[in-house]
Amino acid sequence: MADSQAELHKARESASQSNGQDGKTEPCLRVPEAPHRPGEEPRFSRFSQQPGDLHRPDPLVDYTELRPHANGLVRVLDDEAHASGPWNPEIDAETLLEGLKIMVRIRHFDSRMLTMQRQGRLSFYLESKMEEAVATAAGLALHPDDLLFPSYRQHALMLIRGATLLDMACQCIGNTRDNAKGRQMPVHYSWRQGKIVSISSPVGTQFPQAVGAAMAADYFGRPQVVASWLGDGTAAQGDFHYAINFASVYRPPIILNVVNNQWAISTHRNIATGGRSFAARADAYGFPGLRVDGNDFLAVYAATAWAAERARRHGGPTLLEMYTYRGGAHSTNDDPSRYRPADEGRFWPGGDPVERLKQHLIHLGAWTEEQHESLNQDTARTITEVVKEAETYGTMNEGPYDPPETIFDDVYEELPPHLKRQRDELLGEQD
Amino acid sequence: MPKMNMIQAINSALDIMLERDPTVCIFGEDVGYFGGVFRATVGLQERYGKHRVFDSPLAEGGIISTAIGMGINGLRPVPEIQFSDYIYPGFDQITNELAKLRYRSGGEWSAPLTIRTPCGGGIRGALYHSQSPEAYFTHTAGLNVVMPSNPHDVKGLLISSIESNDPVLFFEPKRLYRGPFNGDPHKVPTWTNQPGGDVPEEYYKTPLGKAAIIREGADCTVITWGAMVHVSRKAIEQSGLNAELIDLRTLVPLDIETVAASVKKTGRCVIVHEAPRTTGFGAEVLSLVQEHCFWHLEAPIIRVTGWDTPFPHTLEWQYMPGRKRIVRALKKVMQE
Ligand SMILES: Cc1ncc(C[n+]2csc(CCOP(=O)(O)OP(=O)(O)O)c2C)c(N)n1
Ligand SMILES: [Mg+2]
Repeated sequence: MADSQAELHKARESASQSNGQDGKTEPCLRVPEAPHRPGEEPRFSRFSQQPGDLHRPDPLVDYTELRPHANGLVRVLDDEAHASGPWNPEIDAETLLEGLKIMVRIRHFDSRMLTMQRQGRLSFYLESKMEEAVATAAGLALHPDDLLFPSYRQHALMLIRGATLLDMACQCIGNTRDNAKGRQMPVHYSWRQGKIVSISSPVGTQFPQAVGAAMAADYFGRPQVVASWLGDGTAAQGDFHYAINFASVYRPPIILNVVNNQWAISTHRNIATGGRSFAARADAYGFPGLRVDGNDFLAVYAATAWAAERARRHGGPTLLEMYTYRGGAHSTNDDPSRYRPADEGRFWPGGDPVERLKQHLIHLGAWTEEQHESLNQDTARTITEVVKEAETYGTMNEGPYDPPETIFDDVYEELPPHLKRQRDELLGEQD
Repeated sequence: MPKMNMIQAINSALDIMLERDPTVCIFGEDVGYFGGVFRATVGLQERYGKHRVFDSPLAEGGIISTAIGMGINGLRPVPEIQFSDYIYPGFDQITNELAKLRYRSGGEWSAPLTIRTPCGGGIRGALYHSQSPEAYFTHTAGLNVVMPSNPHDVKGLLISSIESNDPVLFFEPKRLYRGPFNGDPHKVPTWTNQPGGDVPEEYYKTPLGKAAIIREGADCTVITWGAMVHVSRKAIEQSGLNAELIDLRTLVPLDIETVAASVKKTGRCVIVHEAPRTTGFGAEVLSLVQEHCFWHLEAPIIRVTGWDTPFPHTLEWQYMPGRKRIVRALKKVMQE
């Protein structure tokens, strides 16, 4: 054993030296570094792309027409929050206001849930701060019958699909009013009545499933579009690549969103890929990819509507890269100031999606600072009431939860004999 | 002797091996600059450089497969899988490639990987931050499977694993990282002044394939591993029985000699593990005990395990085997 070990060691050593001609080698493995780490000054350049830069072709055009879009940035709102250019979706102020209100509710809800977690009233939380437009605008641009496969950072879809803040708070607590019966960690929602498929922690698994769901829509000939979201980090998973390849082969009605918020926990996106654009990956598979200013509500809405129209007219898949910034910690388990400058978000050139939409509505004369302030106050008050009510259905620490024997429900449709026996064992333990 | 918790002991083992062997390298999600979500690799990138300790793309299948290639071409990689619940995208590469490389090449090729991964429940992590998937890997020939239960063993076993030329699945019960959780989530002692909390600063090895007798006893034998070692120890105290407690530490290769000697002595056996029951590794231990000790057994062997369900969130403590469940089993095994 020792001999063969020594031999192997020798072999390994010579192997590691055989790449240099002269026998001398220097390590040259390239490992990318994040652009800024704590203590460094965040340096982002302003977006060079402007709202009028990219044309908006008919959604059924050949994908090669979209090459500039895969490497550019679809924008509607400029740096002063004025809307212009061919991608302006020209939606009414009412819809814009609805979007604004949803984003504000989500932001307040997130911050209250974070507080609850700090107080020990939630086991965990994960916010979507500064990327609320990604889910909100897309959700509003889609049809209520469209099927959604989100990741854990698109809470706004829940509100759009008819769940209430109370439903969401109860899921986070996991109490007796949680429709998923306390099975999952907070923010892992499932909302069948609103066509939101159960969210899984293993990242990216939803992407190829969504493609399959879109294939099923075509199989039935239904006019349904399917949309899914995953993160920049997750775009490294095999599941991402299965998804785009199957999508490219069967061309089902699917919108695949990469939410590029620059970070995957502590890992900068330059470790997720050596490429410059996630959207450009679609080109190699023969379908359109568009990079979209993810903090521009109107751009997200327009790009999603374009992709949905393409899908509904049997034009096949679209890959959308939502270019945004993760405004908060990854989750309540990490402190981002340990791996990125604490103030990095302030320098993000895409700004704050809530602020930008608010300014835009003010320019339109459809909203005022005063109205916004009272919206903030009303929302905060509503959420206080929601949390109070939610905890009447059970708190994390005291319960009540669903009773212990429900552990065995839903493993299968019906309880098999061995689980019946285990359930009886558990019940025997209770006294 | 210095006191260390499990994280510090793991960090110390990695530090020593990076220092001793220039072919050792560490990579995985968030292990580089940040030092890992559980902080196991803190400071190592700074000390040894970016080509030795580095972040990987978020792709477990990619991490395992590239680690195999690195191993084939002369390195001794110690990849980290952030949670063992996320190891499955690498399952094909582990079971079909890593495990079979030596065999299918007639001994020509191998890859000396040590795959570190936190496992187990008790942190309110629900379905996907709580699993104990060791049995999937014990079922595949060609892999060693290790699950230490204290700082001293984790360091010695990690060093042995890294030095082993065979691949090792190295499961770290995350509930034990900061203290020997023994069944009460509200009262977890720290590792200071606990058995196993004294960890030499320097290099040492704890042999693979050797179980540890945590507590000697004559009434019955409790066989367990991972976090359940401490829960079982507490349960034995509470039961008032004089039970012998064995921590397997390594599941493959299994130290059946220590196990059989104990069961032959006591005639009674309880097996405890956190993973689900059906085809859990307890089933294998039970079979072996039956094969080796049948004529010495005075009672049927009892298994205390997690239920055959996914790991729930709010009902975590009704899922996890606790002291009560173990005490009941101890009483029952003594009654027969
Ligand atoms: C398969 C898998 N591996 C690892 C993890 C742990 N994990 C959870 S989120 C995350 C980072 C995800 O980053 P990204 O895809 O960019 O999404 P973001 O969190 O930024 O929205 C990691 C590594 C996981 N949940 N699933
Ligand atoms: Mg990200």
